[in-house]
Amino acid sequence: MAKRSAKVSIAGMVLPVRLWTQRFAFLGLVLLSLTLMLFSRAEISSVSQVRLAIVDLVTPVIFVFSKPVQAMEGLVSNVERLFFLNQENQNLRESNARLIQWVEEARKLNIENATLRAQLEYVPDKRSQFVTARIVADTGGAFFHSLLINAGARQFVRRGQAVVWQGALIGRIAEVGNRTSRVLLMIDINSHIPVMVESTSDRAILAGNNTSRPVLEFLPDNSPISRGDRIVTSGHGGVYPPGLVVGTVAQATDSTVSVKPFVDWSKLNQAVILDYGLDGILPPPERVPTSALQTEVSSDLKTKQ
Amino acid sequence: MNFLSDFAWLIRYLQSAIPIVITLFFVLLGQLQMPLQYLSDIITGFAVISIYYWVMFRPELMPIIFVFFLGIIQDSLSGAPLGLNSLVYLFIHALVYNQRRFIVGKSFWLFWGGFAIVLVLAVFCTWCLASIVQGSYLAPEAAVIGLIMTIIIFPAIVWLLGNTQRRFIGSARFY
Repeated sequence: MAKRSAKVSIAGMVLPVRLWTQRFAFLGLVLLSLTLMLFSRAEISSVSQVRLAIVDLVTPVIFVFSKPVQAMEGLVSNVERLFFLNQENQNLRESNARLIQWVEEARKLNIENATLRAQLEYVPDKRSQFVTARIVADTGGAFFHSLLINAGARQFVRRGQAVVWQGALIGRIAEVGNRTSRVLLMIDINSHIPVMVESTSDRAILAGNNTSRPVLEFLPDNSPISRGDRIVTSGHGGVYPPGLVVGTVAQATDSTVSVKPFVDWSKLNQAVILDYGLDGILPPPERVPTSALQTEVSSDLKTKQ
Repeated sequence: MNFLSDFAWLIRYLQSAIPIVITLFFVLLGQLQMPLQYLSDIITGFAVISIYYWVMFRPELMPIIFVFFLGIIQDSLSGAPLGLNSLVYLFIHALVYNQRRFIVGKSFWLFWGGFAIVLVLAVFCTWCLASIVQGSYLAPEAAVIGLIMTIIIFPAIVWLLGNTQRRFIGSARFY
Protein backbone atom coordinates (compact mmCIF):
# COMPACT_ATOMS: atom_id res chain seq x y z
CA MET A 1 0.00 0.00 0.00
CA ALA A 2 2.83 2.29 1.04
CA LYS A 3 4.73 1.36 -2.14
CA ARG A 4 1.71 2.18 -4.30
CA SER A 5 1.21 5.58 -2.71
CA ALA A 6 4.91 6.32 -3.20
CA LYS A 7 4.59 5.45 -6.90
CA VAL A 8 1.53 7.65 -7.28
CA SER A 9 3.22 10.56 -5.59
CA ILE A 10 6.34 10.26 -7.84
CA ALA A 11 4.17 10.07 -10.96
CA GLY A 12 2.16 12.97 -9.66
CA MET A 13 5.35 15.00 -9.31
CA VAL A 14 6.92 13.99 -12.62
CA LEU A 15 3.91 14.73 -14.81
CA PRO A 16 3.52 18.44 -13.96
CA VAL A 17 7.29 18.90 -14.28
CA ARG A 18 7.18 17.34 -17.76
CA LEU A 19 4.22 19.53 -18.75
CA TRP A 20 5.97 22.64 -17.49
CA THR A 21 9.16 21.69 -19.32
CA GLN A 22 7.21 21.26 -22.55
CA ARG A 23 5.47 24.59 -22.06
CA PHE A 24 8.72 26.39 -21.30
CA ALA A 25 10.42 24.67 -24.25
CA PHE A 26 7.68 25.99 -26.52
CA LEU A 27 7.89 29.53 -25.15
CA GLY A 28 11.69 29.40 -25.25
CA LEU A 29 11.74 28.27 -28.88
CA VAL A 30 9.19 30.94 -29.86
CA LEU A 31 11.35 33.61 -28.21
CA LEU A 32 14.46 32.17 -29.88
CA SER A 33 12.71 32.28 -33.29
CA LEU A 34 11.69 35.91 -32.76
CA THR A 35 15.21 36.84 -31.66
CA LEU A 36 16.71 35.10 -34.70
CA MET A 37 14.27 36.97 -36.97
CA LEU A 38 15.30 40.31 -35.48
CA PHE A 39 19.01 39.47 -35.75
CA SER A 40 18.50 38.19 -39.28
CA ARG A 41 16.73 41.41 -40.28
CA ALA A 42 19.52 43.45 -38.72
CA GLU A 43 21.96 41.41 -40.87
CA ILE A 44 24.08 40.40 -37.89
CA SER A 45 27.00 38.47 -39.34
CA SER A 46 26.91 35.52 -36.91
CA VAL A 47 23.29 34.75 -37.92
CA SER A 48 24.27 34.96 -41.57
CA GLN A 49 27.22 32.61 -40.92
CA VAL A 50 24.92 30.06 -39.25
CA ARG A 51 22.59 30.23 -42.22
CA LEU A 52 25.44 29.77 -44.71
CA ALA A 53 26.92 26.89 -42.70
CA ILE A 54 23.54 25.11 -42.89
CA VAL A 55 23.29 25.85 -46.61
CA ASP A 56 26.81 24.51 -47.24
CA LEU A 57 25.94 21.38 -45.27
CA VAL A 58 22.58 20.69 -46.91
CA THR A 59 23.31 21.71 -50.51
CA PRO A 60 25.09 18.45 -51.49
CA VAL A 61 21.97 16.53 -50.42
CA ILE A 62 19.76 18.82 -52.51
CA PHE A 63 22.19 18.38 -55.41
CA VAL A 64 21.71 14.60 -55.22
CA PHE A 65 17.91 14.99 -55.00
CA SER A 66 17.93 17.29 -58.01
CA LYS A 67 19.50 14.66 -60.30
CA PRO A 68 16.31 12.60 -60.89
CA VAL A 69 14.30 15.80 -61.39
CA GLN A 70 16.83 17.04 -63.96
CA ALA A 71 16.86 13.65 -65.68
CA MET A 72 13.05 13.66 -65.92
CA GLU A 73 13.06 17.25 -67.16
CA GLY A 74 15.67 16.34 -69.80
CA LEU A 75 13.61 13.37 -70.94
CA VAL A 76 10.44 15.46 -71.32
CA SER A 77 12.40 18.17 -73.13
CA ASN A 78 13.94 15.59 -75.53
CA VAL A 79 10.53 14.14 -76.37
CA GLU A 80 9.16 17.64 -76.95
CA ARG A 81 12.12 18.43 -79.22
CA LEU A 82 11.48 15.30 -81.32
CA PHE A 83 8.03 16.59 -82.21
CA PHE A 84 9.39 19.93 -83.41
CA LEU A 85 12.58 18.66 -85.05
CA ASN A 86 11.71 19.68 -88.61
CA GLN A 87 10.58 23.14 -87.59
CA GLU A 88 13.71 23.61 -85.46
CA ASN A 89 15.95 22.55 -88.35
CA GLN A 90 14.28 25.07 -90.63
CA ASN A 91 14.67 27.83 -88.00
CA LEU A 92 18.33 26.96 -87.47
CA ARG A 93 19.08 27.10 -91.21
CA GLU A 94 17.48 30.55 -91.47
CA SER A 95 19.26 31.70 -88.34
CA ASN A 96 22.59 30.38 -89.66
CA ALA A 97 22.19 32.27 -92.93
CA ARG A 98 21.46 35.48 -90.99
CA LEU A 99 24.44 34.94 -88.68
CA ILE A 100 26.86 34.40 -91.59
CA GLN A 101 25.88 37.88 -92.85
CA TRP A 102 26.38 39.28 -89.34
CA VAL A 103 29.83 37.69 -89.05
CA GLU A 104 30.93 39.58 -92.16
CA GLU A 105 29.40 42.75 -90.75
CA ALA A 106 31.11 42.19 -87.38
CA ARG A 107 34.52 41.69 -89.03
CA LYS A 108 34.19 44.99 -90.88
CA LEU A 109 33.06 46.79 -87.70
CA ASN A 110 35.86 45.22 -85.70
CA ILE A 111 38.48 46.52 -88.12
CA GLU A 112 36.82 49.94 -88.18
CA ASN A 113 36.69 50.00 -84.36
CA ALA A 114 40.33 49.04 -84.04
CA THR A 115 41.34 51.79 -86.47
CA LEU A 116 39.25 54.44 -84.67
CA ARG A 117 40.50 53.37 -81.24
CA ALA A 118 44.08 53.59 -82.45
CA GLN A 119 43.42 57.10 -83.79
CA LEU A 120 41.73 58.26 -80.54
CA GLU A 121 44.09 56.46 -78.14
CA TYR A 122 40.95 54.99 -76.53
CA VAL A 123 41.28 53.41 -73.05
CA PRO A 124 39.22 50.20 -73.13
CA ASP A 125 36.85 49.10 -70.33
CA LYS A 126 38.06 46.61 -67.77
CA ARG A 127 37.45 43.08 -68.98
CA SER A 128 35.47 40.87 -66.70
CA GLN A 129 36.36 37.60 -65.05
CA PHE A 130 33.54 35.14 -64.77
CA VAL A 131 32.63 31.90 -63.05
CA THR A 132 29.94 29.60 -64.39
CA ALA A 133 27.97 27.72 -61.76
CA ARG A 134 25.07 25.28 -61.64
CA ILE A 135 21.83 26.28 -59.94
CA VAL A 136 21.39 23.85 -57.08
CA ALA A 137 18.14 25.05 -55.61
CA ASP A 138 15.35 27.35 -56.63
CA THR A 139 14.58 28.53 -53.13
CA GLY A 140 12.37 31.26 -51.89
CA GLY A 141 8.76 30.46 -52.64
CA ALA A 142 5.94 32.96 -52.61
CA PHE A 143 7.53 35.74 -50.55
CA PHE A 144 11.26 35.46 -51.18
CA HIS A 145 12.97 34.99 -54.54
CA SER A 146 16.49 33.65 -54.60
CA LEU A 147 18.60 30.84 -56.04
CA LEU A 148 21.41 28.76 -54.61
CA ILE A 149 24.40 28.14 -56.88
CA ASN A 150 27.28 25.71 -56.38
CA ALA A 151 30.06 28.31 -56.34
CA GLY A 152 31.16 30.18 -53.25
CA ALA A 153 34.15 31.83 -51.61
CA ARG A 154 36.36 28.93 -52.74
CA GLN A 155 35.57 29.91 -56.32
CA PHE A 156 36.22 33.59 -55.45
CA VAL A 157 32.58 34.58 -55.62
CA ARG A 158 31.92 37.78 -53.70
CA ARG A 159 28.86 39.56 -52.38
CA GLY A 160 27.39 42.10 -54.81
CA GLN A 161 28.63 40.52 -58.06
CA ALA A 162 26.22 40.57 -60.99
CA VAL A 163 24.76 37.22 -62.09
CA VAL A 164 23.69 36.68 -65.69
CA TRP A 165 22.67 33.87 -67.99
CA GLN A 166 22.99 34.07 -71.76
CA GLY A 167 23.94 37.71 -71.40
CA ALA A 168 20.78 38.72 -69.53
CA LEU A 169 20.78 39.83 -65.91
CA ILE A 170 19.37 37.45 -63.28
CA GLY A 171 20.28 39.28 -60.07
CA ARG A 172 23.21 39.71 -57.72
CA ILE A 173 25.10 37.65 -55.16
CA ALA A 174 23.52 38.30 -51.77
CA GLU A 175 25.30 35.76 -49.55
CA VAL A 176 28.49 33.77 -50.03
CA GLY A 177 29.23 30.47 -48.32
CA ASN A 178 32.30 28.31 -48.82
CA ARG A 179 30.88 26.18 -51.59
CA THR A 180 27.53 27.85 -52.30
CA SER A 181 26.14 31.33 -52.80
CA ARG A 182 22.70 32.85 -52.77
CA VAL A 183 21.58 34.91 -55.75
CA LEU A 184 18.97 37.56 -55.01
CA LEU A 185 16.76 37.61 -58.11
CA MET A 186 15.88 40.91 -59.77
CA ILE A 187 12.18 40.17 -59.16
CA ASP A 188 12.62 40.00 -55.36
CA ILE A 189 11.16 42.91 -53.45
CA ASN A 190 14.61 43.69 -51.99
CA SER A 191 16.17 44.12 -55.44
CA HIS A 192 16.77 47.67 -56.71
CA ILE A 193 18.89 47.97 -59.85
CA PRO A 194 20.02 51.22 -61.53
CA VAL A 195 18.96 50.87 -65.18
CA MET A 196 18.36 53.00 -68.23
CA VAL A 197 16.19 52.85 -71.32
CA GLU A 198 18.62 51.84 -74.07
CA SER A 199 17.11 54.01 -76.80
CA THR A 200 16.78 57.24 -74.79
CA SER A 201 19.38 56.77 -72.00
CA ASP A 202 16.73 57.82 -69.45
CA ARG A 203 17.76 56.54 -66.07
CA ALA A 204 15.52 54.71 -63.58
CA ILE A 205 15.55 52.12 -60.82
CA LEU A 206 14.24 48.65 -61.58
CA ALA A 207 12.43 47.61 -58.40
CA GLY A 208 11.45 43.99 -57.77
CA ASN A 209 7.89 43.43 -56.56
CA ASN A 210 7.81 39.62 -56.07
CA THR A 211 6.00 39.18 -59.38
CA SER A 212 7.43 38.20 -62.76
CA ARG A 213 7.20 41.84 -63.89
CA PRO A 214 9.43 44.23 -61.90
CA VAL A 215 8.66 47.93 -62.28
CA LEU A 216 10.64 51.04 -63.19
CA GLU A 217 10.76 53.72 -60.50
CA PHE A 218 12.09 57.28 -60.66
CA LEU A 219 11.78 57.37 -64.44
CA PRO A 220 11.68 61.02 -65.68
CA ASP A 221 8.08 62.19 -66.29
CA ASN A 222 8.76 63.24 -69.86
CA SER A 223 10.48 59.99 -70.86
CA PRO A 224 9.09 58.80 -74.23
CA ILE A 225 9.05 55.16 -73.12
CA SER A 226 6.94 52.63 -74.97
CA ARG A 227 6.22 48.91 -75.01
CA GLY A 228 9.15 46.84 -76.29
CA ASP A 229 11.91 49.30 -75.33
CA ARG A 230 15.03 47.53 -74.10
CA ILE A 231 16.18 48.13 -70.52
CA VAL A 232 19.87 47.79 -69.66
CA THR A 233 21.90 48.39 -66.51
CA SER A 234 23.20 51.95 -66.23
CA GLY A 235 26.25 51.13 -64.11
CA HIS A 236 25.43 53.85 -61.60
CA GLY A 237 26.11 52.96 -57.98
CA GLY A 238 29.05 50.82 -59.01
CA VAL A 239 27.46 47.44 -58.27
CA TYR A 240 26.35 46.36 -61.74
CA PRO A 241 28.47 47.02 -64.85
CA PRO A 242 26.78 49.22 -67.49
CA GLY A 243 25.08 47.75 -70.54
CA LEU A 244 23.89 44.38 -69.19
CA VAL A 245 20.55 43.59 -70.79
CA VAL A 246 17.72 43.31 -68.28
CA GLY A 247 14.47 43.06 -70.22
CA THR A 248 11.93 44.87 -72.35
CA VAL A 249 9.12 47.20 -71.34
CA ALA A 250 6.01 45.01 -71.02
CA GLN A 251 3.51 47.70 -70.11
CA ALA A 252 3.83 51.47 -69.93
CA THR A 253 1.01 53.45 -68.37
CA ASP A 254 1.01 56.88 -66.72
CA SER A 255 1.45 55.34 -63.29
CA THR A 256 3.43 52.14 -63.87
CA VAL A 257 6.09 50.87 -66.23
CA SER A 258 6.60 47.12 -65.88
CA VAL A 259 9.48 45.19 -67.39
CA LYS A 260 9.54 41.66 -68.78
CA PRO A 261 12.95 40.16 -67.92
CA PHE A 262 14.89 38.52 -70.77
CA VAL A 263 15.64 35.51 -68.59
CA ASP A 264 13.38 32.51 -68.97
CA TRP A 265 13.13 31.50 -65.29
CA SER A 266 11.69 28.06 -66.06
CA LYS A 267 14.70 27.05 -68.17
CA LEU A 268 17.36 28.49 -65.91
CA ASN A 269 19.77 25.81 -64.71
CA GLN A 270 23.12 27.60 -64.86
CA ALA A 271 24.35 31.08 -64.06
CA VAL A 272 27.43 33.17 -64.79
CA ILE A 273 28.85 35.32 -62.00
CA LEU A 274 30.59 38.38 -63.40
CA ASP A 275 33.47 40.13 -61.69
CA TYR A 276 34.16 43.55 -63.18
CA GLY A 277 36.16 44.56 -60.13
CA LEU A 278 33.29 46.84 -59.04
CA ASP A 279 32.87 47.35 -55.32
CA GLY A 280 30.00 49.82 -55.31
CA ILE A 281 28.49 50.32 -51.88
CA LEU A 282 30.03 47.08 -50.65
CA PRO A 283 33.22 46.96 -48.58
CA PRO A 284 36.38 46.52 -50.67
CA PRO A 285 37.16 42.85 -51.20
CA GLU A 286 40.52 41.10 -51.27
CA ARG A 287 41.65 41.23 -54.87
CA VAL A 288 41.77 37.88 -56.57
CA PRO A 289 44.90 36.96 -58.51
CA THR A 290 43.89 35.71 -61.94
CA SER A 291 46.37 32.83 -61.87
CA ALA A 292 44.88 31.55 -58.61
CA LEU A 293 41.43 31.88 -60.07
CA GLN A 294 42.32 29.77 -63.06
CA THR A 295 43.97 27.00 -61.04
CA GLU A 296 41.41 26.70 -58.26
CA VAL A 297 38.14 26.55 -60.14
CA SER A 298 36.97 22.99 -60.70
CA SER A 299 36.40 21.49 -64.11
CA ASP A 300 32.68 22.28 -64.29
CA LEU A 301 33.26 25.87 -63.23
CA LYS A 302 34.93 27.67 -66.09
CA THR A 303 37.02 30.77 -65.64
CA LYS A 304 38.08 33.16 -68.31
CA GLN A 305 39.78 36.50 -68.32
CA MET B 1 16.25 -14.07 -35.24
CA ASN B 2 18.82 -13.52 -32.46
CA PHE B 3 20.81 -11.26 -34.71
CA LEU B 4 17.76 -9.07 -35.35
CA SER B 5 16.76 -9.01 -31.70
CA ASP B 6 20.26 -7.75 -30.81
CA PHE B 7 19.59 -4.71 -32.97
CA ALA B 8 15.95 -4.26 -31.95
CA TRP B 9 16.81 -1.01 -30.13
CA LEU B 10 18.44 0.36 -33.28
CA ILE B 11 15.46 -0.60 -35.42
CA ARG B 12 13.17 1.11 -32.89
CA TYR B 13 15.25 4.29 -33.07
CA LEU B 14 15.25 4.22 -36.87
CA GLN B 15 11.50 3.69 -36.92
CA SER B 16 10.94 6.60 -34.56
CA ALA B 17 13.11 8.82 -36.80
CA ILE B 18 10.95 8.15 -39.89
CA PRO B 19 8.50 11.06 -39.36
CA ILE B 20 11.34 13.57 -38.97
CA VAL B 21 13.25 12.16 -41.95
CA ILE B 22 10.14 12.30 -44.15
CA THR B 23 9.40 15.90 -43.13
CA LEU B 24 13.02 16.90 -43.73
CA PHE B 25 12.83 15.19 -47.13
CA PHE B 26 9.77 17.30 -48.00
CA VAL B 27 11.53 20.48 -46.82
CA LEU B 28 14.51 19.71 -49.08
CA LEU B 29 12.30 18.61 -51.98
CA GLY B 30 10.52 21.97 -51.81
CA GLN B 31 13.81 23.72 -52.57
CA LEU B 32 14.44 21.90 -55.86
CA GLN B 33 14.15 23.70 -59.13
CA MET B 34 10.91 22.45 -60.63
CA PRO B 35 9.90 22.71 -64.28
CA LEU B 36 6.39 23.89 -63.38
CA GLN B 37 5.46 27.16 -61.72
CA TYR B 38 4.07 26.90 -58.15
CA LEU B 39 5.20 23.23 -57.91
CA SER B 40 7.87 24.20 -55.37
CA ASP B 41 5.24 26.05 -53.29
CA ILE B 42 3.01 22.96 -53.34
CA ILE B 43 5.87 20.64 -52.35
CA THR B 44 6.86 23.00 -49.52
CA GLY B 45 3.28 22.49 -48.30
CA PHE B 46 4.01 18.75 -48.05
CA ALA B 47 6.21 19.51 -45.02
CA VAL B 48 3.22 21.18 -43.34
CA ILE B 49 1.06 18.13 -44.19
CA SER B 50 3.72 15.87 -42.66
CA ILE B 51 3.95 17.94 -39.45
CA TYR B 52 0.15 18.02 -39.21
CA TYR B 53 -0.13 14.27 -39.74
CA TRP B 54 2.55 13.16 -37.29
CA VAL B 55 1.62 15.64 -34.54
CA MET B 56 -1.98 14.50 -34.94
CA PHE B 57 -1.30 10.76 -34.73
CA ARG B 58 2.17 10.28 -33.25
CA PRO B 59 3.10 13.54 -31.46
CA GLU B 60 5.85 11.78 -29.53
CA LEU B 61 7.65 11.16 -32.86
CA MET B 62 7.52 14.83 -33.89
CA PRO B 63 9.08 16.68 -30.92
CA ILE B 64 8.84 20.44 -30.83
CA ILE B 65 12.63 20.90 -30.97
CA PHE B 66 12.84 19.04 -34.30
CA VAL B 67 9.98 21.13 -35.68
CA PHE B 68 12.00 24.22 -34.73
CA PHE B 69 15.12 22.88 -36.50
CA LEU B 70 13.12 21.93 -39.61
CA GLY B 71 11.99 25.56 -39.75
CA ILE B 72 15.58 26.77 -39.34
CA ILE B 73 16.72 24.55 -42.24
CA GLN B 74 13.87 25.81 -44.41
CA ASP B 75 14.69 29.44 -43.55
CA SER B 76 18.38 28.92 -44.28
CA LEU B 77 17.68 27.44 -47.69
CA SER B 78 14.86 29.72 -48.73
CA GLY B 79 16.53 33.00 -47.85
CA ALA B 80 13.72 33.91 -45.47
CA PRO B 81 14.75 35.60 -42.21
CA LEU B 82 16.05 32.93 -39.85
CA GLY B 83 13.25 31.99 -37.43
CA LEU B 84 10.27 32.84 -39.65
CA ASN B 85 9.31 29.31 -40.68
CA SER B 86 10.38 27.97 -37.28
CA LEU B 87 7.83 30.26 -35.68
CA VAL B 88 5.12 29.14 -38.13
CA TYR B 89 5.96 25.44 -37.64
CA LEU B 90 5.93 25.90 -33.84
CA PHE B 91 2.52 27.54 -34.16
CA ILE B 92 1.24 24.59 -36.25
CA HIS B 93 2.66 22.12 -33.72
CA ALA B 94 1.03 23.88 -30.77
CA LEU B 95 -2.31 24.27 -32.56
CA VAL B 96 -2.53 20.66 -33.75
CA TYR B 97 -1.23 19.23 -30.46
CA ASN B 98 -3.90 21.08 -28.49
CA GLN B 99 -6.78 20.34 -30.85
CA ARG B 100 -5.94 16.76 -31.87
CA ARG B 101 -8.42 15.24 -29.39
CA PHE B 102 -11.27 16.77 -31.42
CA ILE B 103 -10.08 15.20 -34.69
CA VAL B 104 -8.40 11.84 -33.96
CA GLY B 105 -10.90 9.02 -34.41
CA LYS B 106 -13.38 11.21 -36.27
CA SER B 107 -14.11 11.29 -40.01
CA PHE B 108 -11.51 11.95 -42.70
CA TRP B 109 -13.44 15.05 -43.82
CA LEU B 110 -12.94 16.61 -40.41
CA PHE B 111 -9.25 15.68 -40.58
CA TRP B 112 -9.01 17.31 -44.03
CA GLY B 113 -11.00 20.39 -42.95
CA GLY B 114 -8.78 20.75 -39.89
CA PHE B 115 -5.73 20.74 -42.11
CA ALA B 116 -7.28 23.39 -44.39
CA ILE B 117 -7.82 25.67 -41.37
CA VAL B 118 -4.30 25.04 -40.05
CA LEU B 119 -2.74 25.72 -43.46
CA VAL B 120 -4.75 28.92 -44.02
CA LEU B 121 -3.63 30.17 -40.59
CA ALA B 122 -0.03 29.12 -41.29
CA VAL B 123 0.08 30.87 -44.67
CA PHE B 124 -1.56 33.95 -43.17
CA CYS B 125 1.05 34.01 -40.38
CA THR B 126 3.87 33.58 -42.91
CA TRP B 127 2.48 36.38 -45.06
CA CYS B 128 2.07 38.73 -42.06
CA LEU B 129 5.57 37.99 -40.72
CA ALA B 130 7.17 38.25 -44.17
CA SER B 131 5.39 41.59 -44.82
CA ILE B 132 6.45 42.95 -41.42
CA VAL B 133 10.05 41.82 -41.90
CA GLN B 134 10.23 43.19 -45.45
CA GLY B 135 8.51 46.38 -44.38
CA SER B 136 6.05 46.39 -47.26
CA TYR B 137 2.89 44.71 -48.53
CA LEU B 138 3.77 41.44 -50.25
CA ALA B 139 1.53 40.08 -53.00
CA PRO B 140 -0.18 36.98 -51.55
CA GLU B 141 -1.44 35.52 -54.86
CA ALA B 142 1.31 32.91 -55.34
CA ALA B 143 0.93 31.77 -51.72
CA VAL B 144 -2.85 31.45 -52.13
CA ILE B 145 -2.44 29.31 -55.27
CA GLY B 146 0.10 27.12 -53.44
CA LEU B 147 -2.30 26.87 -50.48
CA ILE B 148 -5.26 25.73 -52.60
CA MET B 149 -3.14 23.17 -54.46
CA THR B 150 -1.72 21.82 -51.17
CA ILE B 151 -5.22 21.38 -49.72
CA ILE B 152 -6.31 19.55 -52.91
CA ILE B 153 -3.29 17.25 -52.86
CA PHE B 154 -3.59 16.57 -49.09
CA PRO B 155 -5.35 13.14 -49.33
CA ALA B 156 -2.63 11.73 -51.60
CA ILE B 157 0.16 12.73 -49.21
CA VAL B 158 -1.81 11.48 -46.20
CA TRP B 159 -2.31 8.15 -47.99
CA LEU B 160 1.46 7.97 -48.47
CA LEU B 161 2.16 8.88 -44.83
CA GLY B 162 -0.52 6.47 -43.60
CA ASN B 163 1.02 3.62 -45.57
CA THR B 164 4.48 4.50 -44.29
CA GLN B 165 3.16 4.53 -40.76
CA ARG B 166 1.44 1.15 -41.12
CA ARG B 167 4.37 -0.50 -42.87
CA PHE B 168 7.32 0.85 -40.90
CA ILE B 169 6.07 2.22 -37.61
CA GLY B 170 3.46 -0.44 -37.13
CA SER B 171 0.35 1.44 -36.09
CA ALA B 172 -3.13 1.12 -37.45
CA ARG B 173 -5.13 3.90 -39.09
CA PHE B 174 -6.31 6.46 -36.62
CA TYR B 175 -9.16 7.98 -38.56
